[in-house]
Amino acid sequence: MSPVSRLPSPAFLMCQPTHYAIAYEINPWMSLKRQAHPATARAQWAALHRLLTRTLGARIRLLPAKPGVPDLVFTANAGLVHGRTLIRSNFRYPQRQQEEPIIERYFHRAGFRVVRLTSRYDFEGEGDALWMGPTLVVGFRFRSDAPVHEELARWLRARVLPVELADRRFYHLDTCFCPVDDRTALWFPRAFDRYGRKVIASVAADPLAVSERDATRFACNAIVIGRAIVLQAGFSTALTRQLERRGLRPYPVELSEFLKAGGAAKCLVLRL
Amino acid sequence: MVAEIVQVQGHIIDSLILPKVLDEIMDLNGTFEILDIAIGKRKTDTSRARLRIEAASQRALALILKRLSRLGAVPVQAQDVHLVRAPKDGVFPAAFYSTTNLPTEIRFRGRWRSVARIEMDCGIVVDPTTGHARCTPVASIGKGDWVVCGSGGIKVTPLERARQAEVFQFMGSAVSSEKPKAQLIQRLARELGAMRRAGKKILVVAGPAVVHTGSGPYLERLIKAGFVHVLFAGNGLATHDIESALFGTSLGVRLDRGEAAKDGHDHHMRAINTIRSLGGIRQAVRRGVLKRGVMHACVARGVPFVLCGSIRDDGPLPDVITDVLKAQEAMRQRLPGVGLALMIATTLHAIATGNILPATVKTVCVDINPAVVTKLADRGTFQGIGIVSDTESFLRELTRALHL
Repeated sequence: MSPVSRLPSPAFLMCQPTHYAIAYEINPWMSLKRQAHPATARAQWAALHRLLTRTLGARIRLLPAKPGVPDLVFTANAGLVHGRTLIRSNFRYPQRQQEEPIIERYFHRAGFRVVRLTSRYDFEGEGDALWMGPTLVVGFRFRSDAPVHEELARWLRARVLPVELADRRFYHLDTCFCPVDDRTALWFPRAFDRYGRKVIASVAADPLAVSERDATRFACNAIVIGRAIVLQAGFSTALTRQLERRGLRPYPVELSEFLKAGGAAKCLVLRL
Repeated sequence: MVAEIVQVQGHIIDSLILPKVLDEIMDLNGTFEILDIAIGKRKTDTSRARLRIEAASQRALALILKRLSRLGAVPVQAQDVHLVRAPKDGVFPAAFYSTTNLPTEIRFRGRWRSVARIEMDCGIVVDPTTGHARCTPVASIGKGDWVVCGSGGIKVTPLERARQAEVFQFMGSAVSSEKPKAQLIQRLARELGAMRRAGKKILVVAGPAVVHTGSGPYLERLIKAGFVHVLFAGNGLATHDIESALFGTSLGVRLDRGEAAKDGHDHHMRAINTIRSLGGIRQAVRRGVLKRGVMHACVARGVPFVLCGSIRDDGPLPDVITDVLKAQEAMRQRLPGVGLALMIATTLHAIATGNILPATVKTVCVDINPAVVTKLADRGTFQGIGIVSDTESFLRELTRALHL
């Protein structure tokens, strides 16, 4: 088990979408022609924040928003938190590399130890690294590099399994894979290559494959708190049934403004 | 076959990274040998494997390595070159790497880059912004240039003998006067044709004996037929060629009869004086004074020539470059694209050219004296192949083999 999940009530880091916008195109979802609506984005974010804190009892810390770094709102990519240590991300794109010093300063002040990985390899935090029971699964190719897994394994003293992503639309692991508990995980198999599919099947005893339609609605980009699962609204009734059969309760949220940047619920939070 | 040793580590067994690495090597027609493998004892322990990868060509290997680097398998000798700034103009840092004439690559910022314009006995200068690496002679170094030092991060590829064209296999590299010359020359003629078809340039380095022996007209024919793309020579060849064009003599000896001409001893000086008065060889051709000969053919056909001076020159002709460093540089400028160098009856110019040729340029040295070819090889131009022959009979046979 990851140390974080042992905490009584889960804690997350979020960042208000004060300066959120589509300012560049670094994934297939982003288009400068399709701008986010600021007021709607703020309302959608506030609704998610409310759901997590009031309904699901999560503790949320806020990373202050900064102008010029619109994607800071996607805190999942800030790094990977392990106890009181943050393994900071090495962003692939220069546009997002500007977030690195802001993240580092915030975590220092919050009393965390900040670890930087070897700079020649990219790593985009929880966006590409998710715990499946005692194993950390790391996605690579589009945003993170495979060799980081060895360094992560050394820091975490855990088994770290890199899996190659095969579909550009699912550029982060958290867009196509969502561990629910030690046995179950939501995933979109075609987002992985054949080796990656075997690895996921070996770590998740009960893999729940989602349809392409649900996957492109970012159903795998979900936040799991106990048996509650928070995900983008509009998923199929089939998925609802499968979740409920496993004793999971889905909480739909509308995050359409963030989908325009290729992110949904999970991308907006970082587990502390 | 080319090979490289790579290492991959981490949770490479459970994540199927290792099988994937092996599959990718095979998919790209490479072969591998697992040199050693250390498997973690517990689930959280990492494993490490070292593989030797073989591929058919440098290019195929580079493709495999590129694909494998994505999976975290990196060459073991993954060390970048060590760069040190040059302390002064014209001075390398003390620990500079001295080049060979073999194809050379350097590893800079994790990438292998080939060194441009490779030649022996130089240094390698790297532009840190672009990563461009260039072979540079000591005299051309500028203060503050980044120069490769030590031998880490440098890869030199030996020539693959088996892949050289058949004439070169046939001749081997040993120099002998006891080889069937007609066969050699036939094959050389075929090689010249192949070079030209492949769009590669043929460089001829010629000494004054070409004119003295009366074989100037054969070389002229080669030039006119487009078998010479660059000519390197000295003041001697050009002077005697012009002398023969203007007076019909070479060093005062009539080329048609082989007799000394009356007052012929000053013909070469008169030839030099004529060209000097006109301003140069090109001007002499343009003014209609120089109407035949090797130099005329070069100007008429637009074949670039580099004439390098020496301490014993008469004159010299205005086209002769007397500053040796400038002359070397002018020769270097003409080397890109050269595929074959034919050195005829010259010792000093052959060695000078050999010094700046990459080993990948096929080199044929023709001389009546076997020592010249041996000397060329001893000075490092080991790719040189010798034909021990009289210049006149060699060029006559070659023009005949080419049906000129």
